[in-house]
Amino acid sequence: MIHTLPWYIAGPLMGLVVPALLLLGNKQFGISANLRHICAACFPAGISFFQYDWKKERWNLLFVAGILLGAALVSQHEPILPAAFSTPRGIALLGLGGFLVGFGTRYAGGCTSGHSIMGLSTLQWPSLVATIMFMVGGVLMVNFLLPLMM
Amino acid sequence: MMKYLVTGMFFGIILVKAQVVSWFQIQEMFKFQRFHMYGIIGSAVAVGMISVALIKRFNIKTVQGENVIITPKKFHKGQIFGGLIFGLGWGLTGACPGPIFAQIGSGEYIVLVVLAGAIAGTWTYGYFRDKLPH
Repeated sequence: MIHTLPWYIAGPLMGLVVPALLLLGNKQFGISANLRHICAACFPAGISFFQYDWKKERWNLLFVAGILLGAALVSQHEPILPAAFSTPRGIALLGLGGFLVGFGTRYAGGCTSGHSIMGLSTLQWPSLVATIMFMVGGVLMVNFLLPLMM
Repeated sequence: MMKYLVTGMFFGIILVKAQVVSWFQIQEMFKFQRFHMYGIIGSAVAVGMISVALIKRFNIKTVQGENVIITPKKFHKGQIFGGLIFGLGWGLTGACPGPIFAQIGSGEYIVLVVLAGAIAGTWTYGYFRDKLPH
């Protein structure tokens, strides 16, 4: 843990992504929207929610490609997940958790970046409601449900 | 377009360097054992808020010379139900959508399962959207 960037440096730097995207091209910070763009590009299946010009949102797909590349550059080779997730049961739990992340963020209209950082930065009260519910869900899972599952 | 790739790289580097990608870190946050994640999100919001206030106050234009437009977010029940569902998934996997990509970039390839689940979850939401309370 000795190499961890302290919160008071990491947080403000992350906050700067909000004005950076606005000033670089009027783009709103929000990562989970990319999951929708991936569905629209690869599996639209005639569903109206996926019928839109996803190519206009290529900037955001490039943004997540950047996250992947940036992470690869500085990868610290420290364990990110506990070994318990490499069992078949653990992998099933990861798939289930991912499903909840994808379903929940789209239903809520955003995730930690779109609601908690972008939404709160622009004083949107629905984003405060969403952020409180993210916390409620996380606290319930970690303290009460996860001990029963793992 | 490459400027967005570079901004994403900047974000990804911080996610890794500040250990936001760590499942253990998210567990400690939801158990209220460590201030780190609250400090990160809180100070990110503070800087975002001040930046947006300055952009509005001084009518700062984009690099293309346009006015900055912020689309308001409308309230609907999804922020309650969907927010809760996402929170459960975040607590379980230790990953919100940004860190999913950073974890995969870090070489934790098992997280591809989380990404596949997240895409499937998004698709399922799209499929049932009209039947869900909003």
